Amino acid sequence: MNTTATPQGNIEIRHLDIHFGRGAARFQAVSDVDIQVPGGQFVCLLGPSGCGKSTVLGALAGHLAPSRGELRLDGEAISGPHPERGLVFQHHTLFPWKRVIDNVAFGLKMKGLARAEREGRARELLHLMGLEGFERHYPAQLSGGMQQRVEIARSLINRPRVLLMDEPFGALDAQTRLLMQELLLDVWTRVRTTVLFVTHDIDEALFLADRILVMSARPGRIIEDLAVDFARPRDALLTTTEDFNRLKRHCMDLLHHDRGERVLERLSPIGEANAKSLSFAV
Amino acid sequence: MSSAKLELAPAVPLSPATGGSRPPAWLGPALRWLLRLGSLVACVLVWEFAAASRLNLGLVTFANVPPPSEVGPAIWKLVSSPKFSNHVGASLTRVFSGFFAAALAGVLLGLLVGRSRRLEDVVMPPLEALRPIPAVSWIPLAILMFPSSELSMIFITFIGALFPVLLNTVHGVHAVDGRLVAAARSLGAGRIAVLREVVLPGAAPSIVTGLTIGMGTSWFCLVTAEMIAGQYGIGYYTWESYTLQNYADIVVGMVFIGLFGMASSAALRRLGALATPWYRLREKQS
Repeated sequence: MNTTATPQGNIEIRHLDIHFGRGAARFQAVSDVDIQVPGGQFVCLLGPSGCGKSTVLGALAGHLAPSRGELRLDGEAISGPHPERGLVFQHHTLFPWKRVIDNVAFGLKMKGLARAEREGRARELLHLMGLEGFERHYPAQLSGGMQQRVEIARSLINRPRVLLMDEPFGALDAQTRLLMQELLLDVWTRVRTTVLFVTHDIDEALFLADRILVMSARPGRIIEDLAVDFARPRDALLTTTEDFNRLKRHCMDLLHHDRGERVLERLSPIGEANAKSLSFAV
Repeated sequence: MSSAKLELAPAVPLSPATGGSRPPAWLGPALRWLLRLGSLVACVLVWEFAAASRLNLGLVTFANVPPPSEVGPAIWKLVSSPKFSNHVGASLTRVFSGFFAAALAGVLLGLLVGRSRRLEDVVMPPLEALRPIPAVSWIPLAILMFPSSELSMIFITFIGALFPVLLNTVHGVHAVDGRLVAAARSLGAGRIAVLREVVLPGAAPSIVTGLTIGMGTSWFCLVTAEMIAGQYGIGYYTWESYTLQNYADIVVGMVFIGLFGMASSAALRRLGALATPWYRLREKQS
C-alpha cells in the first residue's frame, strides 16, 4: 500500500487540553499533554483511575474534540474516527447481534469487500488469535478473554497504523489477563503497529511496553517518560526479576504521590457514556 | 441486568396421603396441567349451569347469556358458513393494513427521532399532544375525515398501534450503548451504516415489544371501530348478533376476536424471537 520507507503510525500530540461538562460542572480532564510516539512502538499510558488517560485515547480515536492543542497521525490532523486508528474497549463492545466472524469482518464490510473475501481474512485473524472453531458463535457464548481476543481481531482487520487500547484486559481475571498479555505481545510481533495501551496496572505496563508514560491525577499531565528496555520476547518470569521490581517501585512512588486523594470515577474514551452524546442530525 | 433471577422450585406435589414413598417426578408437572385443565372445565360448567338455570344475582343476570352448549354448535355453524371467511377476511385485512402502516411509520420515525435531538424536538411535541387521546375516540372524526368507512377503520387501527411502536422504538434507540456506536465508527461505519448495523439491531428487542403491544391495541381498536362503522368483520358480526338477538353468536364473535388477537400476538413474538436470536443468549449470560 505505502511504498515509502518511512515507518507508519507516528503519533504526535501537542499541548492537549480536554474539558468535560458545562457550566459549573465543567472540569479539566487533560492538561497540556505532549506525546510523540514513533511508528511501531508499544507505549503504555499509566495513571490512577480517572486521570484522563482514556480521554487522551478517545481524542486520538477521534471521539473527543480537544479544547486546545493538536493531534496528528503521520503528520495528518485527526478530525474524527477512522479505521486506521483502531480502538479496543475494556469489554462488552462486540456487536451482540453479530456472530464472531461477522464482528471481526465488520471493518471490511464497511470497506465494501465481498463476503467471501472478508470472511477469508476474518478467519485468518481468528486463527492468529487462537479462536478457530468459534466463528459461528455469538459474543455472549464466549468467555471474557475470548471476547477481548475477538475485539482485538476486529480492530486489526483494518490493518490500523495505531492500535488504541483502553484497559482491554481490565475486566479479566488475573490468570486470563496474563495469558492475554502474552498473546498480545505475540500478535504484535507479527502485526507491527503502534500500540497505545491505557492501564492503571503497573505490572501490566512494565510487562508490555517499550515505554511508559506516567500520568498524574486529574487533570492528567504526563509526569514521567520511562523507557522499558527488557529484552523481547518476554514471558511471565520477567515479572519476578530484580530490574522489573526496581522499575515497579519507581512507578509506585510516582503514582503514590496522589495517594489519599479521593478516587475519581473512570472517564470514558467517548466522553459521556451514553448514546445521546453521540447522536447526530440525520 | 446483573441481578440473579429467582428460580421457582420445581413443583413437587404436596402429598398428604402418601406416608413414605415419594411420587415419581413426572407426576408434578402432570398434576399441574391436570389442575389447570380442571379449572378451565369447571369454569365452563359453572357458565353452563348459570346460563341454563337463568341465574339472577340481582346485580347481574345470566337470563340472556347463552350457555356453552349453544355456543359450541353456533361456532361450528359460523365456521362452516361462507359468511365466516367474509367476516374474518375483512377484519384481518383491516387489522393488518393498519398495523403494518403503523409498524413501518413507527419504526422509521422512531429510529430517526431516537438518533436526532433536532428531529425529536420537531416531531415529538405534536405526537405527544395526540398521544393521550384514546384511538377509539377518533372514530367519529375518522368517519368524517375519510371517504370510505373502510379507510376510517384502518386509520383507527393505525392510530392504536402507532404509539406503542413509536415510543418503544425511540426508547430502544436511546438505550443503545454509545460505545457500540463509537466502536462501529472507529471501524469505518458512516451514518447510514451505524443506523443499519448498530442502532436498528440494538433497538430490535424493544421494537419487537412495541410491535407486540401494538398488535394488541390494533385488535382492540378494530373491534370497536367495526361495531360502529363496519360492514363485515368479527366486531361487526358480534354487534350485529346483538341487534338481531342471536345471543349465542355474540359469544361466538367474542371467542374469535380472542383467538385471532392471541394468534397474531403469538406469531409476532415468534417472529421477533427469530429475528433476535442473540437476545436470549445475552439475557442468560448476564
